[in-house]
Amino acid sequence: MTKNVQTLEEVTIRFAGDSGDGMQLTGTQFTNTVAALGNDLSTLPDYPAEIRAPAGTTYGVSGFQIKFGSTDILTPGDSCDVLVAMNPAALVTNIKILRTGGTIIVNEDSFTDKNFKIAGLTSNPLDDPGLDQYHVHRIGITKLTGNALADLNLTTRMVEKTKNFFALGLMYWLYNRELDQSIRFIREKFGAKDPDVAEANLRVLKAGYNYGETTEIFTTRYTVKPAKLPPGTYRNIMGNSATALGLVAAAAKAGLPLFLGSYPITPASDILHELSRLREFGVKTFQAEDEIAAICSAIGASYAGALAVTTTSGPGLALKTEALGLAIMLELPLVVIDVQRGGPSTGLPTKTEQADLLQAVVGRNGEAPLCVIAASTPAECFTAAYEAARIAIKFMTPVICMTDGYLGNGAEPWRIPRVDDLPPISVHFATDPATFQPYSRDPETLARPWAVPGTPGLEHRIGGLEKQHITGNIDYDPDNHDFMVKMREAKIERIAQDVPEQEIEGPSTGDVLVVGWGSTYGAIRSAVSALREKGKKVSHMHLRYLNPFPRNLAGLFKGFTHILVPEINNGQLIKLLRARYLIDARPFNVIKGLPLREEEIEEQIESLLGERHV
Amino acid sequence: MSETSEKQPTTSTVKDFQSDQDVRWCPGCGDYSILAQVQRVFPEFGHKRENYVAISGIGCSSRFPYYMDVFGIHGIHGRAPAIATGVKLVNPSLDVWVATGDGDGLSIGGNHMIHMLRRNLNIKVLLFNNQIYGLTKGQFSPTSVMGQITKSTPMGVIDSPFIPVSLALGAQATFVARTMDRDPKHLQEMVRRAEHHHGAAFVEIYQNCNVFNDGAFFKFTEKGTKDDNVVYLEHGKPMVFGKEKDKGIRLEGFTPTAVSLTEGKYSASDLLVHNENDSTLAFILANMIHNPDLPRPMGVFLSIDNPTYEDLLDSQIARARSKKGEGDLQKLLNGEETWVIS
Repeated sequence: MTKNVQTLEEVTIRFAGDSGDGMQLTGTQFTNTVAALGNDLSTLPDYPAEIRAPAGTTYGVSGFQIKFGSTDILTPGDSCDVLVAMNPAALVTNIKILRTGGTIIVNEDSFTDKNFKIAGLTSNPLDDPGLDQYHVHRIGITKLTGNALADLNLTTRMVEKTKNFFALGLMYWLYNRELDQSIRFIREKFGAKDPDVAEANLRVLKAGYNYGETTEIFTTRYTVKPAKLPPGTYRNIMGNSATALGLVAAAAKAGLPLFLGSYPITPASDILHELSRLREFGVKTFQAEDEIAAICSAIGASYAGALAVTTTSGPGLALKTEALGLAIMLELPLVVIDVQRGGPSTGLPTKTEQADLLQAVVGRNGEAPLCVIAASTPAECFTAAYEAARIAIKFMTPVICMTDGYLGNGAEPWRIPRVDDLPPISVHFATDPATFQPYSRDPETLARPWAVPGTPGLEHRIGGLEKQHITGNIDYDPDNHDFMVKMREAKIERIAQDVPEQEIEGPSTGDVLVVGWGSTYGAIRSAVSALREKGKKVSHMHLRYLNPFPRNLAGLFKGFTHILVPEINNGQLIKLLRARYLIDARPFNVIKGLPLREEEIEEQIESLLGERHV
Repeated sequence: MSETSEKQPTTSTVKDFQSDQDVRWCPGCGDYSILAQVQRVFPEFGHKRENYVAISGIGCSSRFPYYMDVFGIHGIHGRAPAIATGVKLVNPSLDVWVATGDGDGLSIGGNHMIHMLRRNLNIKVLLFNNQIYGLTKGQFSPTSVMGQITKSTPMGVIDSPFIPVSLALGAQATFVARTMDRDPKHLQEMVRRAEHHHGAAFVEIYQNCNVFNDGAFFKFTEKGTKDDNVVYLEHGKPMVFGKEKDKGIRLEGFTPTAVSLTEGKYSASDLLVHNENDSTLAFILANMIHNPDLPRPMGVFLSIDNPTYEDLLDSQIARARSKKGEGDLQKLLNGEETWVIS
């Protein structure tokens, strides 16, 4: 039968199910297919910390949201248009983010009394009259999957495990996508080692697609045209992968071996996994016994002449604190990647937050300045990691590069850079014994020389004790200490001369300037754009360089009546801005372990404009 | 196998390894002897001076790198094995030495120590054991003996002490030895043996802190008592000790016992013969410390060959390259699926 095809500018879909239902895989597959067709997109994986929480519980629900479109997509969406719910728990925990009039697709077979009980429900949520405001499609996905596999003699468990591909196939049909990419994926993943599993997944994927084609449940299919992105070659990329690639690229451009000392921690471990697979690039990954050994091995690696990196999240960064002080004192290049998560303490390991900023900027004993930069989108993690390495090497300093769980696990299309176009990173190892002094300084950068073991005549000792200016010998002299404390600070401040001036998105004067950093980029940008379209005088400034701040920052605030600083923390950037620039900035803080929503930022801006009171 | 560095064409001397820094240990400290013996034997190894790296943590012993004219890092408390690991992995041709103490290496840095040993990096550890915290002025350490009166234990230590040799063996170190600051020849020999071992080498050195724990090891180091209280371990030789070489160690079941060789009951052929390659025996010898009637073994407890971590890592890189070729960065950035927007 022929069906209507309707063209949409953008769509947000949320796949939700039990954490054993394969929702992350389903979401990733859908993302890869959508990306390959040239849509812009943004994703939000949202899963529990437990690997396998008890099946059917509300706290075991795993979700994956994707927004894609033919327009510029900056966020995974405040609300979704379509909710795929594989069980009652997934429906009740996700219904609140479905827009009125949205579509619900449920696996009706899982709506049993037993599952209601596990989810803590007293009645069938499908009977809730509140659902009248949505288009609800009840599909017996488990049974249909079983039918498709009837002659394969598979266990019930196996059948259960493939039902997510039925939902995936159906969504491909609904949004007019080919199955090619997922078919290739299934063949590559299972084809050789488990042909039965491959066959089952292929059948179920097609069964889902054909179900949409042949039944009359759906009267309309949708199509989303490719986005008008700048010309180039694109791929889909997740933030943690982009970070890993940025580090490999920086090492290659610098002509240095890449060393990663790391200890597994959510949500940063994927960078370790990614780099561990790249032995042919000479990448040396070392999974240390703890966070402290991870950074200390990186310090040793840096001393020996590698581009040294350690990757972690908030609790790990706390453990690395003392070693960071050593790296500052030794004045060796070191890149620290902090994929932030909800804190304090163990906090919310799988949720996102921006609450490590003050820890990164000031959280050490003594006067211990270092450079802090932040990535603002998943793909931009590449640029940030690369830039962190460049600064670390040029200024002989540790650099903390901040991302977060949302950036690390989120994905978006990435215009792949040409290796030849990447900025150069030059390395100068000291070699001349006649002029070598461990703590002499480059007059431009104030960096000390990098002298690696194995260089004849440059034998020298460095350590955590205060250094004498020039010679680097231990020195307890009061004036020298005062001098060196200020010298280390001055060196970090010099970085501001080396990085681009801060730009403002929108006019440089107006009523409200919204200042953000990190992963709030998309939400702020969307909110500000929407209001400017309505004629409001609102601009957006997003900081990549958090210490030191860009050299022109002070002047930029002057053009605005109000300054709003939204953050996924309780007000950290704002403290630094107020302290440094004495500006009357207003905070906006939501700390729910989730990305900020465009709508709530708009509300805040409007409230500042005096037009709405919240 | 990545052997340590090129050999030096010209002979270096003790002086080449002395830095221009004044040595600031207390007068009479056992550390002076350790420094002197290391400076004496390093020239024998024939590496170029620039290929030595000395790494330390915090404590009296950890000042060691400042006094050696080689590359060095005076790190943070307990972390020397981790820092050394990074140095060694990036450049396996360097000869990397860790100087640490009983507090630095076994208390705050105990975790790094055991993991570095089990991974079998080709790094040499000199653990200066003085059974006290010297730099912080006299608190007990993890090797202080039960009942020891220190500033933080006015009524005596109630912590059961670590036996460094047992700990290293338990951590699967491939080379474990014990020696003494006051036996320069033996100390030199243990440093030599550590150098020539291809793998992690752990050398415990009994070191006298004459300020806070004077005489802790005198029973084993001083003329009058040493011979009857120390048995030198020599590979392939029976364990004989005593001033007149009149005593020996016999194994009864798994239990070592001291026997007389002059009473006619036992001769040298009845004694336990040392085998450095036997890890079971090494544990038995390490446990002799629990029996006050037995002499304290000195020498190489264990020396076995296992692949080093850095060799295994480098061979993975070689394997990956022979299979996939040198990494192509542009190909890596492109990934598997791309699309073009024109």
